[in-house]
Amino acid sequence: MRMLINVPETVVADALRGMAAAHPELTVDVENRVIVRRDAPVAGKVALVSGGGSGHEPLHGGFVGPGMLSAACPGEVFTSPVPDQMLRAAAAVNSGAGVLFIVKNYTGDVLNFDMAAELAEDEGIQVAKVLVNDDVAVTDSLYTAGRRGTGATLFVEKIAGAAADEGQPLERVEAIGRQVNENSRSFGVALSACSTPAKGSPTFDLPDGELELGVGIHGEPGRERRPMMTSGEIAEFAVDAVLDDMSPRNPVLVLVNGMGATPLLELYGFNAEVQRILTARGVAVARTLVGNYVTSLDMAGASVTLCQVDGELLRLWDAPVRTAGLRWGM
Amino acid sequence: MLDADFFRRWMTATAASVEREADRLTALDSPIGDADHGSNLRRGFAAVTATLEKEAPDTPGGVLTVSGRQLISTVGGASGPLYGTLLRRTGKALGDAAEVSEAEFATAFRTGVEAVMTLGGAAPGDKTMIDALLPAVDALGDGFGAARTAAEQGALATTPLQARKGRASYLGERSIGHQDPGATSAALLVAALTEAHGD
Repeated sequence: MRMLINVPETVVADALRGMAAAHPELTVDVENRVIVRRDAPVAGKVALVSGGGSGHEPLHGGFVGPGMLSAACPGEVFTSPVPDQMLRAAAAVNSGAGVLFIVKNYTGDVLNFDMAAELAEDEGIQVAKVLVNDDVAVTDSLYTAGRRGTGATLFVEKIAGAAADEGQPLERVEAIGRQVNENSRSFGVALSACSTPAKGSPTFDLPDGELELGVGIHGEPGRERRPMMTSGEIAEFAVDAVLDDMSPRNPVLVLVNGMGATPLLELYGFNAEVQRILTARGVAVARTLVGNYVTSLDMAGASVTLCQVDGELLRLWDAPVRTAGLRWGM
Repeated sequence: MLDADFFRRWMTATAASVEREADRLTALDSPIGDADHGSNLRRGFAAVTATLEKEAPDTPGGVLTVSGRQLISTVGGASGPLYGTLLRRTGKALGDAAEVSEAEFATAFRTGVEAVMTLGGAAPGDKTMIDALLPAVDALGDGFGAARTAAEQGALATTPLQARKGRASYLGERSIGHQDPGATSAALLVAALTEAHGD
């Protein structure tokens, strides 16, 4: 396995140094692993903090900036950050209006953010939390850790970020974040496994001519394996899996997300199929975003996320945003 | 009686064994997790031994709470809070005593394991570290050697189980047939008790 790295131990720090050099509008604390928008804390504004394992770039550091996150804490590759990082981030961005933690539903993220919330409250920082769990490939039951948080994280961060930028209070920003999560569903497909720097080889075996349906974003295998399908067949499987779990009455935001190693040529082609199937199913599309946003290192494949939006959520989605990974209107 | 030095040796022995077995833990974590359990724990326990060299708490409880806090601050993932809580809560249950009996340690360790079960929401049979820790706690009355054997058997017995907690649970039936990495590292922690004791 060939990787453009020095040694696995410094991959995250090296990336942060490079990010700092490329984005002077961010304050990047390489040692403590916290990325903060340079103008934070913004007076009177609720601060949004998210984080999670590295390897999903541009999530989350690439979404720090006006209109979206106030700060992000990247963990080791595919490993949740530690409470110290989250506390440091919260303290750096809190203007007194409170901090919203946006947490993907993975055991490690949940436990560490819970510990950080306790510590932050001890320091007098008001904290609320939105848990993202949009992945329909994992059924929710008493016996599982619940659905994973994947593509909808981008929708939650963007829309709640816009609400916060408007000066809406913490309870309201939290409620909007929860609403976006509840309105969102995702399904992912892998055409190849990814390789973590620590292991240096693919995290699971996927023979030529096969694909994994229902994958998450941590290199874990999915819910079933099938012989390779066409883009149209994969889109049909993914969209139907999502629509089995939601019946949108309003238009939807569509995220056709690449897992890291699938070129835009293929993603746009895949999006054509997704749009064709949505039209056939009578689902109206309000906006579409195509690209590598919530990635899984060098995994090939894609995920589809739909988020049902009313006029208010759509207005917040369209609001200006200026981050390394997502930028429009300013 | 067990003094602070015993507990320092326990942590050092755990760190050495995690270092030795890191590649095996990562290999176990590869088919059902994300292939980093070994490297994460190695980083955490290396930080624990470094901290214990710098500040040397003079009570058993102090050694374990400092170690637990260090794991929470360095490991990340689910393992950081879970192992950190195990050691911190065990340490807190030991209080300020300069020495503790093996029976007192067994009681405190049970408190720590129960705190882990509450935090992670895992029960026996969920294919987690609890499947090694709980049998070890039950066997501690018969000595560290018995606890070690019980933990190792508990870890082996996770292979045919279907995971119901953590990342492996996302695989459903496909998690069956793989030994749980968390139960395996928990068995290393328990086994290190015998090394610290000189058994």
